[in-house]
Amino acid sequence: MFGFGKGDTNALTMNTAHPDSLLDTSAQDVIGKPLDRVDGPKKVSGQATYAAEYALDDVAYGYLVRATVGTGKITDLDASVARAMPGVIDVITDYATFLRNPQQGGETSAPTQGVEDVAYHGEIIAIVVAESYEAARDAAEQVKVTYAPGEGRYSFLAHREEAEKPSTQQIPPHHKQGDVDTAMAEAVHTIDVTYTTPSQNSAAMEPHASLAVWQDGALTLYGAYQMPASDKLQLAKSLGVSADKVRIVAAFVGGGFGSKLGIAPESVAAAIAAKRLGRPVKAVMARQQVFDATVRRSNTEQRMRLGADADGRLTAIGHETLVSNLPGEDFFEPAGVATHFLYEGENRLITHDIVRLDWMLAGSMRAPGEAVGLIALEGAIDELAEKIGIDPIELRRRNEPREDPEKKVPYSSRALIPCLERGAEKFGWAQRKPAGTDRRGDWLYGIGVASAARSNMLQKSAAKVSIDGQGKAHVETDMTDIGTGTYTILAQITAEILGLPLEDVIVHLGDTDAPPGAGSGGSWGAGSSGSSVYLACEALRGQIAKAMGVAEDAMTLKDGRVIADNRSVPLAELVGEGMEATGQIAPGKQEQLFNQASYGAHFAEVAVNVVTGEVRVKRMLGVFTAGRILNAKTARSQCLGGMTFGIGCALTEELVHDPRNGKIVNRDLGEYHVPVNADVPQLEVEFLQERDIHANPLHAKGLGEVGICGAAGAIGNALYNATGVRVRDYPLTLDKLLEGLPAV
Amino acid sequence: MHFTINGQSYQAEPDIRTSLLDLCREHLGLTGSKKGCDHGQCGACTMLVNGRRINSCLSLAVMHQDDEIVTIEGLGTPEDLHPLQSAFVRHDGYQCGYCTPGQICSAVGMLDEVRKGWPSHVTGDLDAPRFNDDEISERMSGNICRCAAYPNIVDAIREVAEADGTVDIALRQTVEAGA
Ligand code: FES
Ligand code: FES
Repeated sequence: MFGFGKGDTNALTMNTAHPDSLLDTSAQDVIGKPLDRVDGPKKVSGQATYAAEYALDDVAYGYLVRATVGTGKITDLDASVARAMPGVIDVITDYATFLRNPQQGGETSAPTQGVEDVAYHGEIIAIVVAESYEAARDAAEQVKVTYAPGEGRYSFLAHREEAEKPSTQQIPPHHKQGDVDTAMAEAVHTIDVTYTTPSQNSAAMEPHASLAVWQDGALTLYGAYQMPASDKLQLAKSLGVSADKVRIVAAFVGGGFGSKLGIAPESVAAAIAAKRLGRPVKAVMARQQVFDATVRRSNTEQRMRLGADADGRLTAIGHETLVSNLPGEDFFEPAGVATHFLYEGENRLITHDIVRLDWMLAGSMRAPGEAVGLIALEGAIDELAEKIGIDPIELRRRNEPREDPEKKVPYSSRALIPCLERGAEKFGWAQRKPAGTDRRGDWLYGIGVASAARSNMLQKSAAKVSIDGQGKAHVETDMTDIGTGTYTILAQITAEILGLPLEDVIVHLGDTDAPPGAGSGGSWGAGSSGSSVYLACEALRGQIAKAMGVAEDAMTLKDGRVIADNRSVPLAELVGEGMEATGQIAPGKQEQLFNQASYGAHFAEVAVNVVTGEVRVKRMLGVFTAGRILNAKTARSQCLGGMTFGIGCALTEELVHDPRNGKIVNRDLGEYHVPVNADVPQLEVEFLQERDIHANPLHAKGLGEVGICGAAGAIGNALYNATGVRVRDYPLTLDKLLEGLPAV
Repeated sequence: MHFTINGQSYQAEPDIRTSLLDLCREHLGLTGSKKGCDHGQCGACTMLVNGRRINSCLSLAVMHQDDEIVTIEGLGTPEDLHPLQSAFVRHDGYQCGYCTPGQICSAVGMLDEVRKGWPSHVTGDLDAPRFNDDEISERMSGNICRCAAYPNIVDAIREVAEADGTVDIALRQTVEAGA
């Protein structure tokens, strides 16, 4: 039923601005509204089907076996005991084909394969397949693996001097402009500090899962994926089959936050086992395996240098970051990515270098770069304001650039200062007291601010929209909804442009038999996939006008009727056998001609217990601009999620690597502390009106990540304001505060 | 063995190692309850057993002969939602939806605990307990939502509790009765 069929293709490459949007001229009035999610009733009643839940016949259960050394070579894998256990079908491995680690997002090649030479503790080396989950799990414990242990590099501190420059990718690892050293020497005010952040895990609530089934040499994999279009190519390459023999289905995904951008080891293990057995195999990672063998956000060590004149105008910005990753893996956490364009300053040095470690793969986690980079930048700005003795918001105002300070191109739209000012007013910023002076009983109170910024991206994306004989519209793309609200906003865009009630739009997502979408990642989903749907609907408007015999702009579409020429005709009567069109968006010159980003301002109030050092977030406000808001309700939720990630990042989240073997010590949700309900106050979110005509025809920018960018920094700054203690080693746990707290 | 799940009778002979969660998900086709950790650390698997909320991943199926079990499927359907289910939709008390069945089952059990007058860690004054946002957050902290719909979850539960009308009053009465 899917695929490019008859009908138009309406393709657009964003080489110029798109000043007019059909979303402004159409009449249905559903766009932007705080509508309930269209997939909501299914989700709240347990009827939404996630990867491991497809009811196929004759499914065998797979349980993954992990390596228990940090590095080394497998010399023997004795599965005789495991194979003899009741219910066990087989113990399967394929050293050459199994994935050493997951792939990064958007790649079209296979990830690094080969597991005989163990690259990190927890690497997946085999799969036990049994008639039941319990039998497979039990038997996996009985697989005896012998290793010739290797020499490993497991300590960041021990190897930090050996950092190397990564190869140039989308984001250049090094940028130098002017002379930071000289500018620092000449500056009136300077800051030279080092912030550190630990490894983190996305910890999406749905563990990675694959249900693989082969039929006639073709694989269908029900998986937990953010980007099925490229995941399909990665899977095909890994298995050595052609891409047209692989189909991925990911209709519902239980969160991703970067961890499901690329394929993970369980996919290939399930596919190989299913092929050997000739029956479907389900492989779900145990939570501990998600921690061991998917991706982590890299730890960072960030040296921040700021130099300013007497008025606080920046003359120098240095942001030099060390991150870690496996040998041969080029991804680096781009901590300085927003530092490139957030503030004025003629002399700039922004670098990233990788310390090669035998730790699990480092990859994308929500807002790779800004999420931890803005801890350092916004912390240092706060420190500079304190040193100069001016208000931190005023300092930011004085350093507001008129254009991109490096590329010297204009901003497509930028409302950082209005966000800061609106937030200050709403949050009661004027009541802020000097650091360490607001004591109420055993608690010290403080408030802090930080800027939010996240680059806007557009990705190639396609969608087909058809109208059936009943006048209902069907949207088809392999785009995903990982909690982001895609089902709902694509329905709203379609309903708006085609003039349909929302319930007359049916959205099918996450099936690679449909046109390839952008996938969910990098906050590009709504802008990219939404634009492809926009373009398909635009083409359909043309077809409808033709059928009506009127000019397109003389026609109004509303409530399922076509109104023009003093006539009002039900859409269903005009479509005949049905209409369809495909829309396709692609990034173009606009990316180079303008600096495009979403902005915001975070405000946080914390209370710190003087006796225990316990930190509680009391209030938090985020004011954001991200172009047109497509659904006020789901947009707010995205920001709540980001801000809460910020709370975890600031206060509790830290993956601990055993320095003897790189093993993740705290590999479950009892030991890796993500925020729970009681850690999170009733957060406030506000959006300022904005349209970005340079971004896409929707005039919308990315929203899924801007909520985390700067959030942890605002909490850190609030904590300083409360206590007068500046902790630069994140997370800000009580042990690091106690020494600096006043006597009880 | 015999189980009553969502008012229906089920016969099954589970492996002694099978959790109540896996019995439902893998053997009875009831996949509404989710597995997030299998260790009692996330709450995604929360069900109601004889009216009380439990982490079904931590309970063996063989311990539940003749128990009355309610899963998310038993609370309501997309066409006929339970008040908490529709409040979650209205307040966007979810994003990816994976923790959601557990959140809702947990909220049902939690409100019942409040009605019975059970205090929580944040109940300040046992003589005049107040059911407020802090109580909801505290009592719902066994259910992790990584998408972090927490403020909306609190809004949804508060709205239902208020409309229900029994929660606050019942809590006072029980305490006055010296329970
Ligand atoms: S799956 Fe039972 S508590 Fe997490
Ligand atoms: S809705 Fe995604 S984890 Fe709660």
